[in-house]
Amino acid sequence: MEARILNEFRAIVGAPGLITEPEQLSTYECDGLTMFRVLPLAVLLPTSTAQVQAIVRVCHREKIPFVARGSGTGLSGGALPVAKGIVISLTRMNRILEVDLPNQRVVVEPGVINLTVTARVAPDGYFYAPDPSSQLVCSIGGNVAENSGGAHCLKYGFTTTHVLGMEVVLPDGSLVHLGGRTVDRPGYDLPGVFVGSEGTLGIATQVILRIVKKPEVIQVLLAAFNSTNEAGAAVSGIIAAGMLPAAIEMMDNLAIQAAEAAVQANYPNCGGLLLVELDGPAPEVETLMEEVADVCTKCGAWEIHVAQSDAERARVWTGRKAAFAAVGRLAPAYIVQDGVIPRTALPHVMSEIVRLSSEVGLRVANVFHAGDGNLHPLVLYDNSVPGQDKLAEKLAGDILRLCIKAGGSITGEHGVGEEKKMFMAEMYAEPDLDTMQLLRCAFDPENLSNPDKVFPRPRLCGEKPGVYEPHPLEVAGVVQRF
Amino acid sequence: MPAASGVMTPVSWPELAEIVGKEHLRAATAADAIDGVEAQRVAEPGTAEDLARALRWAHAAGVKVSPRGGGTKLGWGNPPAACDLVLSTARLNRVLEHAWADMTVIVEAGCRVADLQKTLAEHGQRLALDPLWPERATIGGILSTNDSGTLRARYGSLRDLIIGITVALPDGTLAKSGGKVVKNVAGYDLAKLFTGALGTLGVIVQAIFRLHPLPRESRSLSFSGTPESLNQLLLAIQASKLTGTGLQLRAAQGSAHLEVRFDGTAAGIQAQVKQVQQIAGSMAASDAPANAWTSHQAIWDGATPALLTKFSVLPAQFAAVCALVERSAGAQSLAWKIVVQTVGAGYARLEGNEQGLRTALLTLRDELAKMGGTLVVLGCPVAIKRGLDAWGPPSDAQPLMVRVKQRFDPDGTLNPGRFVGGI
Repeated sequence: MEARILNEFRAIVGAPGLITEPEQLSTYECDGLTMFRVLPLAVLLPTSTAQVQAIVRVCHREKIPFVARGSGTGLSGGALPVAKGIVISLTRMNRILEVDLPNQRVVVEPGVINLTVTARVAPDGYFYAPDPSSQLVCSIGGNVAENSGGAHCLKYGFTTTHVLGMEVVLPDGSLVHLGGRTVDRPGYDLPGVFVGSEGTLGIATQVILRIVKKPEVIQVLLAAFNSTNEAGAAVSGIIAAGMLPAAIEMMDNLAIQAAEAAVQANYPNCGGLLLVELDGPAPEVETLMEEVADVCTKCGAWEIHVAQSDAERARVWTGRKAAFAAVGRLAPAYIVQDGVIPRTALPHVMSEIVRLSSEVGLRVANVFHAGDGNLHPLVLYDNSVPGQDKLAEKLAGDILRLCIKAGGSITGEHGVGEEKKMFMAEMYAEPDLDTMQLLRCAFDPENLSNPDKVFPRPRLCGEKPGVYEPHPLEVAGVVQRF
Repeated sequence: MPAASGVMTPVSWPELAEIVGKEHLRAATAADAIDGVEAQRVAEPGTAEDLARALRWAHAAGVKVSPRGGGTKLGWGNPPAACDLVLSTARLNRVLEHAWADMTVIVEAGCRVADLQKTLAEHGQRLALDPLWPERATIGGILSTNDSGTLRARYGSLRDLIIGITVALPDGTLAKSGGKVVKNVAGYDLAKLFTGALGTLGVIVQAIFRLHPLPRESRSLSFSGTPESLNQLLLAIQASKLTGTGLQLRAAQGSAHLEVRFDGTAAGIQAQVKQVQQIAGSMAASDAPANAWTSHQAIWDGATPALLTKFSVLPAQFAAVCALVERSAGAQSLAWKIVVQTVGAGYARLEGNEQGLRTALLTLRDELAKMGGTLVVLGCPVAIKRGLDAWGPPSDAQPLMVRVKQRFDPDGTLNPGRFVGGI
């Protein structure tokens, strides 16, 4: 990078806010998805909106691509740097600016850690609902980029439900306010499209969050089944009975073993473990918990246990949230996958996963947000065996294709990022992707903000989108538009 | 935005008849006018593909288009700068797939809300929304106007329930975003972009929603008092561990009420009713009147001329809004009533003389802006409407919104002038 530009950056953020030494830059060469690594030209650590704006203005003037980064816990390579670009790390913008309890709003800077928000309002009986497993370290800015979910979004919704507005530095350096403290502000729902846009539309420098009152009672039930199919039937039974639990999680035997080894969660050793959390008024939770237990018994549960204390409940959840990392005890390497299927497709998709995994001879541990059909298959492999990483990658990809075929999605919460952009062309037809690009071009016509992510092909914003032509598969009657 | 009608040469309507079928293209009447702007034709295509082709034809011919569902909210927004063709979704009215075990539904845009709810109820489910005039309003219409209702307190608004969308763009593209799973972050969430866009970016032809079970039991309570005491009660309920599915405050000259609704198991409801009475202390509860939860609809009935507005403020400001409306209306000798849901969105109606309505409106809008709120005009005499922007002063995101519009509808074919800042 030219010295004059570096000097300009240094003048904006100060010497301690500019990183250019290769060994320091390597900290930023990847995010939670370590298979992709790119060294950026520089990393900048702004401490204010004005600094972010000044940096982006320079980038815009000089046509330097930039990638915003929070805590770097993303699992799809969304914060992977661009070779000839810079990384803007928002970790130093980590203040909680305002807490408004009567109106249930909290205003934060993007570097604030997810769990810090809950910690701040918990003494008053509130919590911040989106709870990705990385919530101890992941940032609100990153959550906004990825539209993060978590186990409890079945009932409480995703990040997008809990973000009312934000201050955004657009890719040309201008500052806009999308949404606000009040709901239904006139105009297009731009917060709705910004959340989950994976850093491709600009940088959020302030976020207005909605907080939620803690429920009166929270109970979690563990049910042990012989198979994930039996457990899956119980999930359908619970939903069909008209209940909306706060969370329904499922683990298969391999995932249970891993979690047990890592955190001794006291899970029963079974083929399919279900974890059902209900919350709400005490008499209601009591009634419904009995119904849940009934459904589980009818579906073949041979052990049912309701956690008796807050401490026990916490331990149950620690096991689940540690599952990804715990799988590291079973194999030297693994790929975390993130696909979504309609709940009813679970038995079919599970048996297909078993078939595929035995075909290539690799083990797959399964952790699901079963209530909303979000699968997290963990493909285990040994990276010291030549070629096995490629096999694992192919198996992970085939599992995604299963999800698409079942009418689902290639990602429920981890994002498309760098990892899955080629799969976008399998999930969506060309006109769908072209239409999404219209939005991107309105925000970022020069393609500077996290370029080359999410979409399979770059697109020039000068082009006029073509007229819709049916996809060949549609004409052949193989796929249907919905 | 280009304002005037784009029709340069005589329009070849037979071409459109060929696309939608002769019997589905008719001359427009005064009843099809939008804020006094009369269209020339009304087309009712029978498939999404035909609708897209009709739109593409209109776009190429410079014909300005207003999409229409049930036509219940056509007066919302600014008067159109031009409208040559009303594109109706009336024949796209099927429920395509109710995957009840997955609790999702795929529905065409022209399906009436009540018809959809009836189908869903067969499996004990519902789209957890109670918008205005469900017997006539369509899915595409409530989406385009972002009209949710009182259940929003618990289930969120349309943006939280829609999981997939198919839209027709002016160039004839049929594009989808999202899908039929409740959790999905693949690509941009265009369903949210089109929700509340008033048909200015494209025409919604299909939507996919997540569903909720119908409540087992339901009970609603009503409290009377001053707006101040009821606002305090509302905040106390909101800050409690109660899990109501509705919480609203309504007020008119000399009266104010708060209603709260509990859904769930009998035992759960009973316990919550007891708790809410404890919170209310000396304020006595009664069972809510049967029409309490259609108050947002009843506010549309009354004497004319009237001004109908949607406002948005913070929950702690409700009493201040009541006082503000009372003061502004009183100064002009206008009758007034308001109903506001706990999330902060409400309607206000003012009745009286036209000059008084105009003056009160400007005061209300200024004062609400000072409080950080917004005010949108939904209905008023056209003469008042022509002198202002129904949406209020544009925000600093207006240039960005204009760029979004230009990308999706570069020639301003769809509903020109009706949206914020003249988009």
